[in-house]
Amino acid sequence: MSEYLLSIKNLTKSFSGIKVLNQVEFHLRRGSIHALMGENGAGKSTLMKCLFGIYKEDEGEFYLEGIPFNFNDPKHALENGISMVHQELNQVLQRSVADNIWLGRYPKKGFIVDEKQMLKKTLDLFQSLDIAIDPRKFMSQLSVSQRQMVEIAKAVSYDAKVIVLDEPTSSLTENEVNKLFKIMRTLQAKGVGIIYISHKMEEILEITDEVTILRDGQLIGTDFTKNLNMNKIIRMMVGRTLNQRFPDIPPCSGDTKFEVRHLSTEYSPKLFDVSFTLRKGEILGIGGLVGARRTELVEAIFGARTRSSGEFILDGKPITIKHPMQAIQRGLALITEERRVTGIYPLSNIRFNTTIAHIQSYRNKLGLLKELEMIRDTQDQINKMRVKTPSQAELIRSLSGGNQQKVIIGRWLLTNPDILLMDEPTRGIDVGAKYEIYQLMIQLVESGKSIIMVSSEMPELLGVTHRIAVMSNGRLAGIVNTQETTQEEIFTLSARYL
Amino acid sequence: MNIQAKQTPIHRFFKVLYTYSLGLLLQGFKWLLKRFEILITKMFRGYGLFLRSTAFWTKDKTKTEHSVKDDLRLGWFARARLKFVENYNRRVEKYLSWTEKDTETFLVNNAIYFVIIAFILYVIISKPNFLSMAVFMNILTQSSVRLILAFGVGGIIILQGTDLSLGRSVGFAAIISASMLQAMDYAARFYPNLQELPLIVPLLIAMAVSAFFSAINGFVVSVFKIHPFLATLGASVALYGILSMYFASGAPGPQPIGGFDSRYTEFVVGKLNIFGFELPKLIIYAILITLLMWTIWNKTAFGKNMYAVGGNPEAAKVSGVNLVKTTILVYVLAGLLYGLGGFLEAARIGSASNGTGINYELDAIAACVVGGISFSGGIGKISGAVTGVLMFTIISYGMIFLNMDVFWQYIIKGVIIVAAVALDTRKYIVKR
Repeated sequence: MSEYLLSIKNLTKSFSGIKVLNQVEFHLRRGSIHALMGENGAGKSTLMKCLFGIYKEDEGEFYLEGIPFNFNDPKHALENGISMVHQELNQVLQRSVADNIWLGRYPKKGFIVDEKQMLKKTLDLFQSLDIAIDPRKFMSQLSVSQRQMVEIAKAVSYDAKVIVLDEPTSSLTENEVNKLFKIMRTLQAKGVGIIYISHKMEEILEITDEVTILRDGQLIGTDFTKNLNMNKIIRMMVGRTLNQRFPDIPPCSGDTKFEVRHLSTEYSPKLFDVSFTLRKGEILGIGGLVGARRTELVEAIFGARTRSSGEFILDGKPITIKHPMQAIQRGLALITEERRVTGIYPLSNIRFNTTIAHIQSYRNKLGLLKELEMIRDTQDQINKMRVKTPSQAELIRSLSGGNQQKVIIGRWLLTNPDILLMDEPTRGIDVGAKYEIYQLMIQLVESGKSIIMVSSEMPELLGVTHRIAVMSNGRLAGIVNTQETTQEEIFTLSARYL
Repeated sequence: MNIQAKQTPIHRFFKVLYTYSLGLLLQGFKWLLKRFEILITKMFRGYGLFLRSTAFWTKDKTKTEHSVKDDLRLGWFARARLKFVENYNRRVEKYLSWTEKDTETFLVNNAIYFVIIAFILYVIISKPNFLSMAVFMNILTQSSVRLILAFGVGGIIILQGTDLSLGRSVGFAAIISASMLQAMDYAARFYPNLQELPLIVPLLIAMAVSAFFSAINGFVVSVFKIHPFLATLGASVALYGILSMYFASGAPGPQPIGGFDSRYTEFVVGKLNIFGFELPKLIIYAILITLLMWTIWNKTAFGKNMYAVGGNPEAAKVSGVNLVKTTILVYVLAGLLYGLGGFLEAARIGSASNGTGINYELDAIAACVVGGISFSGGIGKISGAVTGVLMFTIISYGMIFLNMDVFWQYIIKGVIIVAAVALDTRKYIVKR
């Protein structure tokens, strides 16, 4: 018997050349609850997906009770005593609760599934875990928290040696969280090892025995929870030094340009009563954890989501925005998060990609396009944005991520917007190009435009914004002045409504 | 930004006129619709009252949900009784609290059925002899093969796929069956020296061939991640080449294969005499296959996996379901059904050629969609396929019965397919 129940050594994994995990080590003791912590994109979920056989690691070794293993698919992992509650709820909504729990291992009588036994086993399982859900109900009839409890029950039902819980409490009520903790303690007493991923600091301090912290795919450290406190953990999670990666930003003293009052949305994921103001020449950052609904916020402002209440005030006058077309007419522009999916037209050239949002204005009297003007404007934008490309006939797909982003910013600047909504404008872009995009943003605010920037990167929020609005679970947790705030304060705010 | 064009006074005058007249028309239409909705809503509430007044025979007048423990304790009859009573009570509750909003969704979700029912009524009124046993039996017989094919492609649609090679696959199976089951004394035999075979042999060969080509489709779709539309489109074209080659290889050259063995014809188009009532055998086969398919879809691990993979492939994968295996099996099952369908179809028509089965996939897919087997995956029932096929056959038969122009028949069928898909999509659309 080895000392550890589960060991992961030297795990490295990269996606398209970017290292997401770098030489990570992780050891889980028998009968221990082990927290895995880190900021957005630190590599927690990737680590667990490598363990579970969903991703294939580049290099690394896994040991279960001292015996090396390597799973190629989830089925293999489940059969060998590792089960997992996934961060995204992976359920078949069109099927019943019992069907979902025993999916992939239905009890059978000959060829026929033994429904009675399945129902009975589900009932026994729910009774032992103190869950009151009718197993015959369809998954789509349950609330999100009930679905999450079903998912937890399913993970437990495998009688696994190692159970991974990836943010299991994100939508549970307090009562249900207590139930979960009771379940976890029972399992712990049986010698099961539990890996617990969560952002909720109180939970970590209450339930876990050990904490491992990742940052940017690196292992920062592992320690017993009793030796740690909230501040220590946060410092380990965020603890990078801010060096000169950001240009200086000019002070902002403009009047209020745009105001959002009591914005709520109709369909989930919902926003609840978000209000803020944006000044002329200001960069307002929007921070928060994954799932805080930052993207939903900018989409709601842009008219891409149905509002249930709320009003917008532009230059002191109330305006209606019910459709992105209206938003564009009022002088808004949205640079979307998923550049490859909703940003670029990958198989078209730079000229097409630059002029497409403004194509109406190039029509001549016959309704044909004025090619010369398009060429001129595209060249203007290429020069202004400093896009590195041999010509404007080049396919946008062949450019680097940073240059693609510059083309898209150029596209929206052609429509001459007053307010730019930028959703993760520097995602997947190398450091040099990031700096250029920051400079661009500063030029824009100096010329009197305002920017709302959603970002998952704490240093970026602190580096290039005037103020930061922190979202938490669909609500606005607070707005802080960038000059006066700290990473710790933002982190605390982002966990406020969890 | 100036997107709007300049307006001249005349332009403006017409715009105002247009807006007002259109607005008035719209208002009138809306008013009528509203009256209609209120009327229907009242009818539903009245129905609720009627149901409540007739429910004297149930003891539990409000019980709507039995516990899981009851489900485990009781036998199937007691459970069925309990379920019936509960459904009854639930219906009473539902209709008594029926609102105009409910009417609206009811009308939209079932629009396709209203149109079809209206059509049937029209046929009956203009030609009352539509309501006869002979017509009824004809419709059921014509539905039989279609139903078997619809079950095959229905499983694939549940997997978020489709199968355009169905028709060719059926055609191939038909040619194979026909070529091996010609009468010994027929002049132009495909295999002049072939001995008399037991019926089961050509059937099994036809099913094996269809299953083999369908398995290739499943493999291509699941392993190479090619969209089923394209994979099966290619397969359909290639299959036509292969089956035509086989068709031309017979002793008498490429000509329709006919002159079937009487055992074969009797087996397929014969009638079974049940106490003096002549029941076509095809209907019996269709009923047997329906029972078998219901069991496979609802009661086996394979069937449940099929729904899971169609509903949420990612969830199925992390629960340890083998996606490739499940997908290929669904296609193989479809292939087996196409094989059976082809075997029956050749004898039903009385001959087979390389054109047999062309466009059958369209009827089968359309019937599935009309029956509520959704292209968004994971949703669909055997009863849906049955309803869809019956609806479609009734319409086709009704149009022929009315001596309607054949081109009009195509137009109407096409509109029904698109309308069914449009309404189906409306149900599952994600609102943002």
